[in-house]
Amino acid sequence: MKKRHVGLIIYFGFLLLPIYWLLTMSLKTNVEITGSLTLWPERLTFANYVTILTDPAWYSGYINSFIYVAMNTAISLSVALPAAYAFSRYKFIGDKHLFFWLLTNRMAPPAVFVLPFFQLYQTVGLFDTHIAVALAHCLFNVPLAVWILEGFMSGVPKEIDETAYIDGYSFPRFFAQIFMPLIKAGIGVTAFFCFMFSWVELLLARTLTSVEAKPIAATMTRTVSAAGMDWGTLAAAGVLTIVPGALVIYFVRNYMAKGFALGRV
Amino acid sequence: MNKTENNKAWLLVLPVVLLVAFSAIIPLMTVVNYSVQDIFGPGEAYWVGTEWFEQTLRSQDLHGAFIRQLIFSGTILLIQIPLGIAIALAMPARGWTASLALVLVALPLLIPWNVVGTIWQIFARGDIGLGGWFVNDVLGVPFNYTANSLDAWITVVIMDVWHWTPLVVLLCYAGLRAIPDAFYQAASIDGAGRLSVFRYIQLPKMRGVLLIAVLLRFMDSFMIYTEPFVVTGGGPGNATTFLSQQLVKMALGQFDLGPAAAFSIIYFLFILLASFVFYNVMIRVGRGGDA
Repeated sequence: MKKRHVGLIIYFGFLLLPIYWLLTMSLKTNVEITGSLTLWPERLTFANYVTILTDPAWYSGYINSFIYVAMNTAISLSVALPAAYAFSRYKFIGDKHLFFWLLTNRMAPPAVFVLPFFQLYQTVGLFDTHIAVALAHCLFNVPLAVWILEGFMSGVPKEIDETAYIDGYSFPRFFAQIFMPLIKAGIGVTAFFCFMFSWVELLLARTLTSVEAKPIAATMTRTVSAAGMDWGTLAAAGVLTIVPGALVIYFVRNYMAKGFALGRV
Repeated sequence: MNKTENNKAWLLVLPVVLLVAFSAIIPLMTVVNYSVQDIFGPGEAYWVGTEWFEQTLRSQDLHGAFIRQLIFSGTILLIQIPLGIAIALAMPARGWTASLALVLVALPLLIPWNVVGTIWQIFARGDIGLGGWFVNDVLGVPFNYTANSLDAWITVVIMDVWHWTPLVVLLCYAGLRAIPDAFYQAASIDGAGRLSVFRYIQLPKMRGVLLIAVLLRFMDSFMIYTEPFVVTGGGPGNATTFLSQQLVKMALGQFDLGPAAAFSIIYFLFILLASFVFYNVMIRVGRGGDA
């Protein structure tokens, strides 16, 4: 065995141990968790998962999260596609400044926006709705989507556009029928990133909701009660939030590396 | 690519501009509004000028949070960038092991940030966590991140390394895969060793992605909030209170609108300045050395 393999195995051990610990904990009873330290569950129980999947207060959190994440991905992609095309193909007044301004929003600390968002969405009557969280997450997802898509689009030779226009294609028809299939991978990767950043964000999602659209991440604070921490249920809820991410990673695994390089490799 | 000059392209970017304006400019104007007034209630606001800004710039709490933030961002960059490069170099290049390694590496990135916090909160505890138990009982080193500020720091830093090194790995991995095989063949004909291949082929080729990695890691670590909030709650004392946490504490906890808004603006401007510098460096490097 080579030295680099040993290093890699140690790193993957470091990567997976905490996740393994969360998983075993979700399969233990609270008595076993707090009683003694065991490397695997002595009395295997699925009671923690049953609690989450049968209690509406728990599973509605997952549904809410999925709804706003899906909304956000749809909105981000549909506005970012034409914009990214404009940035990759045309020179126009203020294009560089506009691009930089968009990026600054990706770099703005969400904490800065917490209070004004709270008041803005309350004023327009969107507080505690899924669309409020979806729109708030556009703040960082739209700039990112434009950035990644622009990278992928710039990889498509401009001659293709010109030929299509000469052949009599109108812009919308060219875009939908010829151009979008060419950057399929880029669109998939962008959707993946929008999903990812909307799924993992908590601060804005928690601030903009109270009951109706409460995300799962906020529901997890329920496990602190007068009777002490309900560690088993907390761990089970955590494991269930990892599952969707693991599934989407599997689908984009071959493009993921390029997407993380923002389409610019 | 040669770009056509066409101002009608504005029509294509208009939806993005409107959407981002709604979610960025309006809230920012509210913040500016708060930062120069003292607000007692609806319709009862008094102009205070730059008072909040002066108060913010002199505040000991904020100086402390800012210094902790700089130390934190510096530490995690120093660990994550070299570690990320090393892991990317060691990862298999093709076959099913490559796919498996990619999926496993990316896993922490897809975990909601509060769950990352929860994972480490549990893992590092002395009584019920494997990591905390190992350090306390097997190594015999007393470790308690809720009481000892050094332990809290170590926990938060290790957590961030666990959480975000994968991003650096994936970026470097993408950069490495973009190097044509011919480069390596030429190097082996020249009799270049492992080290000079890294120094003269791989490192220059990774320059672009490394820059993105440093940029993203700097920016994101500068706004870290959720993970330390879950694990240490900023404590013990103020030991792991970083800028975002301090800000949320002021804005939502104490409802000090004026000072919080002034702080927000300074915070935002600092990041804006840093990203402007980074962006220009990136453009220049991208133009000069992407070949």
